[in-house]
Amino acid sequence: MSQVEQKEVDRSGMEVSDETAIEIINMNKWYGDFHVLKDINMVVNRGERIVVCGPSGSGKSTLIRCINRLEEHQKGDIIVDGTELSSDLKNIDKIRSEVGMVFQHFNLFPHLSILENCTLAPIWVRKTPKKEAEEIAMHFLEKVKIPEQALKYPGQLSGGQQQRVAIARSLCMKPRIMLFDEPTSALDPEMIAEVLDTMVQLAEEGMTMIVVTHEMGFARKVANRVVFMDQGQIVEQNSPEQFFDNPQSERTQLFLSQILGH
Amino acid sequence: MSEQSYVRTEMLSEQPAPLGQTGMLKWMRENLFSSIMNSIMTVVSFAVIILVLMQLIPWMMQPSWVSGSLRQCLDDPNIDGACWGVIRDRFNQLMYGFYPHAEQWRPNLAVVLMLVAVAPVLFDKLPRKMVWFSAIYPFLGAWLLWGGSAWTPILVVAGFAIGYIAFKMLHNMVGNMAMIGAVLAAVIWWLYGIGSVSAWLHSMLPIGIEAVPSSQFGGFMLSMTIGISGIALSLPIGIVLALGRQSDMFIIKTLSVGYIELIRGVPLITLLFVASVLLNFFMPPGTNFDLILRVIIMVTLFAAAYMAEVIRGGLAALPVGQYEAADALGLDYWKSMRLIIMPQALKISIPGIVGSFIGLFKDTTLVSVIGLLDPVGLIRTIQGSAEWNGLVWELFLFVSLLFWLFCFSMSRYSMYLERKLQTSH
Repeated sequence: MSQVEQKEVDRSGMEVSDETAIEIINMNKWYGDFHVLKDINMVVNRGERIVVCGPSGSGKSTLIRCINRLEEHQKGDIIVDGTELSSDLKNIDKIRSEVGMVFQHFNLFPHLSILENCTLAPIWVRKTPKKEAEEIAMHFLEKVKIPEQALKYPGQLSGGQQQRVAIARSLCMKPRIMLFDEPTSALDPEMIAEVLDTMVQLAEEGMTMIVVTHEMGFARKVANRVVFMDQGQIVEQNSPEQFFDNPQSERTQLFLSQILGH
Repeated sequence: MSEQSYVRTEMLSEQPAPLGQTGMLKWMRENLFSSIMNSIMTVVSFAVIILVLMQLIPWMMQPSWVSGSLRQCLDDPNIDGACWGVIRDRFNQLMYGFYPHAEQWRPNLAVVLMLVAVAPVLFDKLPRKMVWFSAIYPFLGAWLLWGGSAWTPILVVAGFAIGYIAFKMLHNMVGNMAMIGAVLAAVIWWLYGIGSVSAWLHSMLPIGIEAVPSSQFGGFMLSMTIGISGIALSLPIGIVLALGRQSDMFIIKTLSVGYIELIRGVPLITLLFVASVLLNFFMPPGTNFDLILRVIIMVTLFAAAYMAEVIRGGLAALPVGQYEAADALGLDYWKSMRLIIMPQALKISIPGIVGSFIGLFKDTTLVSVIGLLDPVGLIRTIQGSAEWNGLVWELFLFVSLLFWLFCFSMSRYSMYLERKLQTSH
């Protein structure tokens, strides 16, 4: 978990504005009778980088999946970029096109080339002309350092490369917020670093990010807030320094001793 | 410990494979004579194949092409086996049924134009503009086959324009429900409008070719007409049904499931009898609904139910992450289906889809049961004639060969398509 620690992180671009990007008020979610998320309250400002951690089954993935309506919440409000998430399909599609998401298993489209993966949504959702979309895609593929793979298919790339393509694909929509759902959990240790580097770079440019991850090195270096969840509730949130060096709740202390202790 | 420590200073380069690992002999040793049991099986199989061919080939190689009747074949001392004269004598009938000789250029042209129309659908390297011809071909092809006033196919196409206009007009008032109005408008136009308007236009400006009634259709041409229409129509209907079955909307889901289970639970012959006898009861009196058209509709509806299940299998095989990724990018339902889900689901289902197509094409021979003269129906007619009474193998062999050629090329194409769409390495 120390892949990013060797490198110095440039925090100059990481300014947090007072503007609210996401506001979650008293949000509750059930799977059938099972109460997965309980009274979640959270405000994310523009430019903030939040790391969400916690034991498996604590609801952290479900929480960020609610933000772009991959999961429906039953009670409370979620306001993304000033738009309230309701069952109105127009609002949902609008929010989804403003919020990028990177998945644990990449979820690239295997039948399309890397370039087509990146241009599909800009062309069909944003109505960007094909040529312009390809230029944007190449720009972001260069940024994640794999422009030479543009004409290959996802199946021909390594896991780390696929995940970087997935990040580029989201960035091509020029999102204002990026969600990462355990982006390095399915990767070999050697490839975790290249993906984390890309994410650090993104943070340095001031992207609003919510990252569900177990990479505590990343959290310490990049996050300006760490949120710890357990049993569907936010147990503790604090600055990384406070969170790691001086955890308040017993549950957090136990969790940290378990994942940092070996 | 010191003997076990080792540090490699130089990485090894790649070496060519040892000799004797490639070539014909190796293949034979591995595949035909790898063990005693295998060797025995190889010898026995070859013996059986040779024995069969020794019987079959002399039977087939007979100078009987010119014979005019079975009697001639039997009386000719040079002929001891197949009597191929029947194929020469009845070739035209097996191909065209009772289609008028002078007009047989029309089905021929329709087949050639069909190849042009399907080419851009089958091979993506051809210019995309050709798809426009594929779109008008169904109307052009039907007009070539049945003939009649040139106004009819134009007015049928106009039905789509009428539906579109109805949709545009209703869309402002009732939103997406306008689709229902649009379909209704088009169907009413096709059922009641076309006949009189076409007759009126034809009286003003008579352009057309001789009309050929469905009763004169027959032979392989009839199988092709029913089979290809069924294939082309059942795939899109099957896709819609498969999506309907997956839908979150209760009524759409129930209707799709109900339809699929109902149609799959009924033998095709029953549906064909419904087409030939019952369907007319449901039509407004006076409408003359063409029998072949009715059969095409039934065969299509039947095949679509199977197609839906095959495609559902493909949909079920897709990881849920594909749906989520499409959603997360902001694609709406129809775009994500069209661009992400369907291309992959259809690719997975290619073997099943082609299997259904082949089944459908062969099932067209069942129409002989309701009195249509497809090749199998004609075999019975020919066997009943004075010249060829008692002939069995030759006709069935020939008809089988026709069907086999058609089905085998579909199967080869599907294998080509699977290879072409392979993108994993």
